Amino acid sequence: MGHVEMSEQDLRARTRTLLQKISPDTVDQYTFRGAQYDHGLAWVHFPEGYGGLGLNPKMQAIVNDEMRKGATTFYEDLNVNPIGIGMGAPVVLTYGTEEMKQTLLKRIFTGEDIWCQLFSEPSAGSDVAGLTSRAVRDGDDWVVNGQKVWTTLAHVSRWGMLVTRTNPDVPKHMGLSYFLLDMKAPGVEVVPLYQITAEAEFNEVFLNDVRIPHGHMLGKEGDGWKVAITTLMNERTALGGGSGRKGGGPVGVLMNLWKKNADAHAPTSRAVLRDRITQLYVKSELLRLTSARARAAGKAGNPGPEGSVGKLAQAELYKKVWECGLDVIGTDALVYEPGYQLRRPEAEERQDSLSYAKYQFLRSRANSIEGGTSEIMRNILGERILGLPGEPRVDKDIAFKDVPRGG
Amino acid sequence: MDFAFTAEHEELRQTVRRFLEDKSDEQAVRATMVTERGYSEDVWKQMAEQMALQSMIVPEKHGGAGFGPVELSIVLEEMGRALVCAPYLSTAVLAVNALLEAGSPAAQKAILPAIASGQAVATVALVDAGCGWSIDDVETRAEEDGKAWRLTGTKVHVLDGHVADVLLVAALAGDEVALFRVEPGADNLERTLTPTLDITRKLAVVKMSGTQATRVDRGGDQTAALRKAVALTTIALAAEQVGGAQKCLEMSTDYAKTRLQFGRPIGSFQAIKHRCADMLVEVEFAKSAAYHAAFRAAEKADEEELQAAASMAKSYCSEAYFDVTAETIQVHGGMGFTWEHPAHLYFKRARSTSTLFGSPVEHREKLADHLGL
Repeated sequence: MGHVEMSEQDLRARTRTLLQKISPDTVDQYTFRGAQYDHGLAWVHFPEGYGGLGLNPKMQAIVNDEMRKGATTFYEDLNVNPIGIGMGAPVVLTYGTEEMKQTLLKRIFTGEDIWCQLFSEPSAGSDVAGLTSRAVRDGDDWVVNGQKVWTTLAHVSRWGMLVTRTNPDVPKHMGLSYFLLDMKAPGVEVVPLYQITAEAEFNEVFLNDVRIPHGHMLGKEGDGWKVAITTLMNERTALGGGSGRKGGGPVGVLMNLWKKNADAHAPTSRAVLRDRITQLYVKSELLRLTSARARAAGKAGNPGPEGSVGKLAQAELYKKVWECGLDVIGTDALVYEPGYQLRRPEAEERQDSLSYAKYQFLRSRANSIEGGTSEIMRNILGERILGLPGEPRVDKDIAFKDVPRGG
Repeated sequence: MDFAFTAEHEELRQTVRRFLEDKSDEQAVRATMVTERGYSEDVWKQMAEQMALQSMIVPEKHGGAGFGPVELSIVLEEMGRALVCAPYLSTAVLAVNALLEAGSPAAQKAILPAIASGQAVATVALVDAGCGWSIDDVETRAEEDGKAWRLTGTKVHVLDGHVADVLLVAALAGDEVALFRVEPGADNLERTLTPTLDITRKLAVVKMSGTQATRVDRGGDQTAALRKAVALTTIALAAEQVGGAQKCLEMSTDYAKTRLQFGRPIGSFQAIKHRCADMLVEVEFAKSAAYHAAFRAAEKADEEELQAAASMAKSYCSEAYFDVTAETIQVHGGMGFTWEHPAHLYFKRARSTSTLFGSPVEHREKLADHLGL
């Protein structure tokens, strides 16, 4: 798709004009971002009339820069509506009806409608295409039954992106369809999913005879995998860049912890830990630099393997960094100040680095699981990057209903 | 060196295992771990009355079963497997060992029968705030006040310190390390439950400000005696770590057999199969380390050998247990990260037992000294 050309100067001017008319410092998030949308500055690469100006996506950084300069308040998309903005909006733009675009896109951007993604199921984790929830046609509707898991934000979401099976008689990837799910529809039950930190960042979503109008299918019947794969690729590349700043991120916290705790260690422990921390610093730096190399290569039009190693490397590195953190903390590692009250996460807790390190020690165990396990990442690196032969697949060309599934 | 378990040992193991499967299943563990007390008084009573577990290493003359470190290790291994929430390490292992090694005959006579019968929960407050696990680091001071003693200091990470009926305290009397007993209801005594990473094991802060105490050791410096008591306790703890690691290996293997993805059990993928195989190697080595130390202790190996065996066991078993529990979470995928799945309970127990009684690095340093490296 071709981009409209606009000079950086003009884009900056347009942004400043918006800020002169209305400032995020004086009105609320919804009002400001609504205006931002109306001025085509929400996501500039979207077409005009849909919150954008048809520009090259890289120009959004210019808008954001002006907005940071022109006001104290700045809304990060990741805090407003990460899944809605990152995945929902592109899907609606590409596959939605005109009515959907008109009613949904602006509310995604302002954050009035939070979105969630319903892909994983208890029996379909790494093998998400093996999902078993089922939609059966009934007149103008589809009736859906099944269970989704690891659904972030489901408890506050208005809409969900649902992938479910509409045809079990064809191979697994070909029998899936993609729906826009009204999270308020009868039969949708959201249950908190408590994790090892006792918080519930995620949910289980039970679907009991939920009716979805056929008009809410995005893409054609059987296109579910194709539509979903774009959103999954976005999720995977969003992770794994490391910290933007030299000596920042988890290893930065570790080094600060070390400065506070080094003297409490006997000489041998101190020497051992010092070396470990240095190794972790080296790996963290190299993660950051590799990610920078990947971006540079991407910009030059030569994307290479640099971009794929990040997710795997970061997950394993972060676990090790926080394990070292507890070792640095020493005997006090026996204590866990945050406690285990079952609750929704509070971002404001754990401001001091000690509690933060202890929390991250537990939370980081999921880094090598969420968004693609390290095992899957190694397969991808080996097969797609290094071109090694794939393992024999037993479920590729047979009807889904004939694939062994277990209890 | 021959370290084979006898038929009686196997029977002990199976009996304890069956008892714990009944009294301390996962549901019981989860219900107990969220209580402040941290154990079920009913189950504790049954442990004593039905199984005489608290009496394992209490000498017969004090109402105990008179068993040794090997039998004790079998019990600890099974308790580790079941993740039992009970003041057993504190009462039946640490406190008993401290009394046997450092206690006066009068103190042994007064306290051991109550421990053996399950009547008394006991513990030893060893670590001073801001200090390490070595007996040399003890800072709490004991001042003589007429015929009594008064203790001042703050002990941390006291196993079951908040509920112990018998609270023994290591403190400095002059420049001697001595063993004292403090009454739970004493004035100027504050006992606070610590929010632990591993809530299946309760730790407390015990703060004493001129708290009245009775000296209960046999006179003179108790550093060597307490060091030995700690080594024996460490050996028992290594066995507990083995039990948990073995259980996790079994959970992971079972899951790898039954969880299907991509149309086949995940254990059929080499990545998972090999992880399980690596866990097996670590568990087997951990067993060797823990059993070796227990048998050496039973043979009454000399102090140096005992410490070396204890350090080898504690350092290896700690790291093996941690590795195995981390792998267990990974093998179980997202489910391994849930509160509902037991993997995290073992993971937190592993991380915490790694810290108790000295880190792997500290233990390897002792071993390195012993080896003359």
